[in-house]
Amino acid sequence: MSDKPLPELAGYAKEFYAWCRRGDLRFQRCSDCDAWRHVPREMCAKCGSAEWKWVKSSGKGTVFTWTVAERAMHPAFADAVPYAPVVVEMDEGVRLVTEIVDCAPSELEIGMRVEVAFAKVSDELTLPKFRRMP
Amino acid sequence: MKDKACIVGVGESAYTRDVELSKSVLAIQLEASMRAIEDAGLSPKQIDGILPSQYGPTTEELAANLGIEELRFATTVHMGGAAAVASLQHAAMAVSSGAAERVLLVSGWNGYSMQRARNILSTNVTVLPGGAIARDYYMPYGLTVPAQWYALIARRHMHEFGTTQEQLGAIALAMRKHASLNDKALMRDRALSLKDYLSAPVIADPYRMFDCCLETDGAAAVVVTSAERAKDRKHRPVYIMGAAAAHPYPADEFTNREDIFHTGLTDAAPKAFAIADVSPSDVDFAEIYDCFTFEVLQQIEETGFCERGEGGAFVEGGRIEIGGELPVNTHGGLLSEAHVLGMSHIVEAARQLRGNLGKRQVKGAEIGVVTGWGDFGDGSIAVLRR
Repeated sequence: MSDKPLPELAGYAKEFYAWCRRGDLRFQRCSDCDAWRHVPREMCAKCGSAEWKWVKSSGKGTVFTWTVAERAMHPAFADAVPYAPVVVEMDEGVRLVTEIVDCAPSELEIGMRVEVAFAKVSDELTLPKFRRMP
Repeated sequence: MKDKACIVGVGESAYTRDVELSKSVLAIQLEASMRAIEDAGLSPKQIDGILPSQYGPTTEELAANLGIEELRFATTVHMGGAAAVASLQHAAMAVSSGAAERVLLVSGWNGYSMQRARNILSTNVTVLPGGAIARDYYMPYGLTVPAQWYALIARRHMHEFGTTQEQLGAIALAMRKHASLNDKALMRDRALSLKDYLSAPVIADPYRMFDCCLETDGAAAVVVTSAERAKDRKHRPVYIMGAAAAHPYPADEFTNREDIFHTGLTDAAPKAFAIADVSPSDVDFAEIYDCFTFEVLQQIEETGFCERGEGGAFVEGGRIEIGGELPVNTHGGLLSEAHVLGMSHIVEAARQLRGNLGKRQVKGAEIGVVTGWGDFGDGSIAVLRR
């Protein structure tokens, strides 16, 4: 079994995951027009501003869509099937690919409310995952 | 651009799924290229423009082997599965502007016998535009291949519009039925029932095995020249009435699109029809890039053959089969003929418009559409006529 693919901790990905390691889900937010964005970009696609900050997210969102991988297409996930990559739409509007840790694939529903639940992978990396909201 | 360029030559290599028959990608592409050049009644030395695939040999390697001494136009379109039809657009622009006179387009691979097509992106996703984003934000969650990316969009479509698994199955069955009429189709002898379809293993829900295209060894090629030069050739010329390509926004990340169904084709299709000065209702058949079943349904909608959300009903009842209202993928497509990265769809469209295609000829075919779909939803489309 090969190792699972990991993000390359460089550039903005390094900053994004460094916040996660501290238990903080942050996204870029334009300092001029207040638009949130993900994935990280150099400038605001809405207003063209290059001024932005990492701003703390509510950590809450809604399941936008999902798939259930029953066949591993990458050897590192051979033991993980079936598993479900999920797209969550945050209350701030941005969407991210993630996983719901406390929900069997058969129980997933579009519209389900979820909140961030950090999952430590190594000393260097923590991934933002989600759990069902009560 | 309208009617200024023509397809005058088409050809393919052998299509195989047999490691004993494995050849290099270069050898396979040269085999297809020579057939297309011969079909055009030309010698390789007369080719003065090449649009190679981003996957495989370079223009320089192709030209060196073919003995092309005067290469005046060469560019590579980086749009994945949308590249073949986008390259057709570039070829039409090149010959109608005079930049080149006879342009060769070729694509293909050995996606069965060497590295399996399914593994290419999961082992090195950075070959893809947006690949670093996939590496940093998709792959850690096991979202590693196109079947899984697109399944996310298909699931959302089912949620919003009530599209059903059986409707996706109707697409798989239609392609398989068409393959039975095509001697070159790898699945020509493999009948498929709805029961077979529904009981096949799930790959990435809602995609089951028969929702996914074939992994094959093979290549296809096309020769384009100006309408003036196309006269008095071996075969009746096929005119490029209009062509367009577009990227979705953003092109390098698909989950944050405001409208997840708005892909490159959404913008390219009206443009191509405007250039061609015809509408979707004038089209007699369509060769639609069918990497997976849902992408056919979505492209039927975004091309304008029906409204968004109506694609599920559209593909039912034999409407997309030969003899139906809009025959789709009359060769069997990537799902049941072979996967050579979209070029085979152009080859088939040209043959339909030449006519005399035997059992699978669309009767009275005057106008056909061919589309491409690539990467995270890049789109391309050409409107062709006899």
